[in-house]
Amino acid sequence: MPAPDQAVIARRKEILNALQAIVPGEGVIHDEREMRAYETDALTAYRQLPLIVVLPETVEQVSKVLKYCYDNDVKVVPRGAGTSLSGGALPLEDGVLLSMMKFNSVLDIDYANRAVVVQPGVTNLGITRAVEHEGFYYAPDPSSQIACSIGGNIAENSGGVHCLKYGLTTNNVLGLEMVLINGEVIRLGGKHLDSEGYDLLAVMTGSEGLLGVVTEVTVRILQKPETARALLIGFPTSEDGGRCVADIIAAGIIPGGMEMMDKPAIHAAEDFVNAGYPRDVEALLIVELDGPEGEVDYLIGRVEEIARANAASHLRVSENEEERMTFWAGRKAAFPAVGRISPDYLCMDGTIPRRELPKVLARMRELADKHGLGVANVFHAGDGNLHPLILYDANKPGELDAAEAFGADILRLCVEVGGVLTGEHGVGIEKRDLMTDMFSEADLKQQQRVKCAFDEKHLLNPGKVFPVLHRCAELGKMHVHKGQLPFPDIPRF
Amino acid sequence: MEATLKPQSAQDVEDAVRWAAAEDQPLEIVGQGSKRDLGRPVQSAHVLDLSGLSGVESYEPAELVLTVKAGTPIAEVEKLVDDNAQELSFEPMDYGPLFGKPASRGTIGGVLAANLSGPRRIKAGAARDHVLGMEAVSGRGEIFRSGGKVVKNVTGYDLPRTLCGSYGTLAVATSVTLKVNPKPETAVTFVLTGLDDLDGVKALCEAMGSSAEVSGAAHLPSWVEGDSSRTLLRLEGFQSSVDYRLKTLKDLLGGYGAHESLDREETDKLWKDVRDLAFFAKRSTPVWRISVAPTAGPQLVARLKAAIELDAVYDWSGGLVWLTCTDGDTHQAKIRMALDAVGGGHATLVRADASTRSNLDVFQPQPAPLAALSRRLKEQFDPKGVLNPGRMVTGM
Repeated sequence: MPAPDQAVIARRKEILNALQAIVPGEGVIHDEREMRAYETDALTAYRQLPLIVVLPETVEQVSKVLKYCYDNDVKVVPRGAGTSLSGGALPLEDGVLLSMMKFNSVLDIDYANRAVVVQPGVTNLGITRAVEHEGFYYAPDPSSQIACSIGGNIAENSGGVHCLKYGLTTNNVLGLEMVLINGEVIRLGGKHLDSEGYDLLAVMTGSEGLLGVVTEVTVRILQKPETARALLIGFPTSEDGGRCVADIIAAGIIPGGMEMMDKPAIHAAEDFVNAGYPRDVEALLIVELDGPEGEVDYLIGRVEEIARANAASHLRVSENEEERMTFWAGRKAAFPAVGRISPDYLCMDGTIPRRELPKVLARMRELADKHGLGVANVFHAGDGNLHPLILYDANKPGELDAAEAFGADILRLCVEVGGVLTGEHGVGIEKRDLMTDMFSEADLKQQQRVKCAFDEKHLLNPGKVFPVLHRCAELGKMHVHKGQLPFPDIPRF
Repeated sequence: MEATLKPQSAQDVEDAVRWAAAEDQPLEIVGQGSKRDLGRPVQSAHVLDLSGLSGVESYEPAELVLTVKAGTPIAEVEKLVDDNAQELSFEPMDYGPLFGKPASRGTIGGVLAANLSGPRRIKAGAARDHVLGMEAVSGRGEIFRSGGKVVKNVTGYDLPRTLCGSYGTLAVATSVTLKVNPKPETAVTFVLTGLDDLDGVKALCEAMGSSAEVSGAAHLPSWVEGDSSRTLLRLEGFQSSVDYRLKTLKDLLGGYGAHESLDREETDKLWKDVRDLAFFAKRSTPVWRISVAPTAGPQLVARLKAAIELDAVYDWSGGLVWLTCTDGDTHQAKIRMALDAVGGGHATLVRADASTRSNLDVFQPQPAPLAALSRRLKEQFDPKGVLNPGRMVTGM
């Protein structure tokens, strides 16, 4: 992280007074004990007390807080529900933590236009809860959906099981109101579909709190599918499972969800929730088909055929809602289940081309031996998004370091086979230093220049996502000079 | 001296743009030139012709991912995926007929630069929703890559999507990675006849809010065929599913009056006409493309009809209004005022002669802070302003 600015820390009292003048009462927290609640997000290996915590309630307050910080060179870390797994909301010693959790109202539900307008602190599941009595839902479903906020979902471009068929956050957000670091309020999109001008909605989604603070969100909602049924399919090898996934997609079927677990994860989950998972398989696939009843019944038959053709050794189809939920219970409890078999684990997040799955799993086993640690795998098989859980014991000297080194090796492997460093958890501070494994210096510079357009002083969430902080003046240099590139005959191509 | 630079590689593009930036010589970026009449006329003497950057880099149907060079003809891309029983789900509109040019021209780079999407936009998303990664050359003359070649990725800022709809004013794409989807087994269109605009769009919205999974929702008023209005709902998918959902629609909307259904062949032809505005192609009057909340579509048209003479059609469940002012006047101010009155949106002048397009705001004007931010973004990508200057905004 960048070295804290001692001059700002020395001005704490003055900053506190200014913030209290903007946000009255209990909206400013400065007591060390109370600020403890904000010292980490869900990546608890990293902790830092913020300078001051502010919880504004109105857009005007957000605007004034940001303008004050801009004018006085104070850093700001925006925070939603704090469920980020990559340290995206980790506070700074010399920065204000801006919690958006008082922005928790549903502002407008418009069924005719299938749009819902909410404040950013509303939880992901809260949106669905607000519309489900009319048969609607909000499709992106990160595992933390009961707790995570929609504002945070935008910062992280969150995904989930449904995203293979229904897209990520970026595909389901119609509009935003946001405040820039200089206090200006801008609106992007709305209840209509395509806007003109630069697609700032796209660059905001997944920008990890580095570009602006979201104060209002318009999302599209969908009619809940008539029905959903799931298949539980076990395979003697992960290669068989991987081929089955490819064949399902090649048959023109895009399931509502397609999730896979390897043997250690299957055993941990089965021991924990007794979901009825087979123990004698190397890979377990859950395929969920959703849609009109007639379609789902037809597709269940097709997927059964494909599974059998790929040497499935275990196959069950859910006959009722209770059974479908049981199939999912193990997968959804996989993380706590692994938590029971190992004192600590690191949850990694990378994406690979699906065809590379067997190779990546084999390499991962070699890496486990190299680092002397175990690994259990759960993944979104449909879109190649892996979640290796690296098992370690923080009380044994050196194991955390080994686990982190193992994790970095896995992510480099993902990039090496044509994938990416993070599928849904973001870069944050966790993967910041691996960005150079995926991007060239020119790639990273162009991304950082986008930051300069929004926040030239680098006050919003600095130290996250990018390994080196370039100053905007330096990024602005053009390496082209008259005379250096002679073009005697222009049409030379 | 005017020059046409015809690069054969990303490296050539980098050299060309670097030269342009060094010599302050702006470039007009073209693929096959099929959309040169879209947006404002570019203020530049030289042309950067990308048609030499053509061909497939990688395509594995089972991964649902396709990487092609940006100058690849869209017709070739569509044929390639069709041969593999897949499609570009965003169903890019073909501006050829509307501009009086041949159909099926243009490149994939041009499709993304203009973020072209068709009727399936309501279900499958726009072009920008299907872009996974890009290699491009900034106005600084630097090659950069962003995004990836997998369907799920949140590593770094989403520059590929940001470049979509930027009309080549931020960077020159040299290679693009797209998400493709299986092509539906069959398709059918449910047609209600004789509804006025208000009821037509109401029926569309009702269907969109049902579980019928509609993939096309358009209302064509009676002027289109001179007989009766037609309200169209397209269903696509596996045969058994389409049959089932057609029944759902009949049960839901039967009360609206006379209806029929069209088979696959008729469906394909009809939606291509809707996509490409075949009924406007026969005229030469100015055409506006207006994006609003779906239920606001008929309100907007009713408001405008009280002031000017026009014909309109509705796509995207009422949310995409195409209108032509039959008396030849473009009526910018009236259209934008009516838009504000119905809750806002975006109005774009897509067909007009070059002098009209240079003299007014072709794109929706932005509030000052947003316009300033857009300008700062442009400066970060293209500080010398050498890429398609003036195409979107005067002086930018």
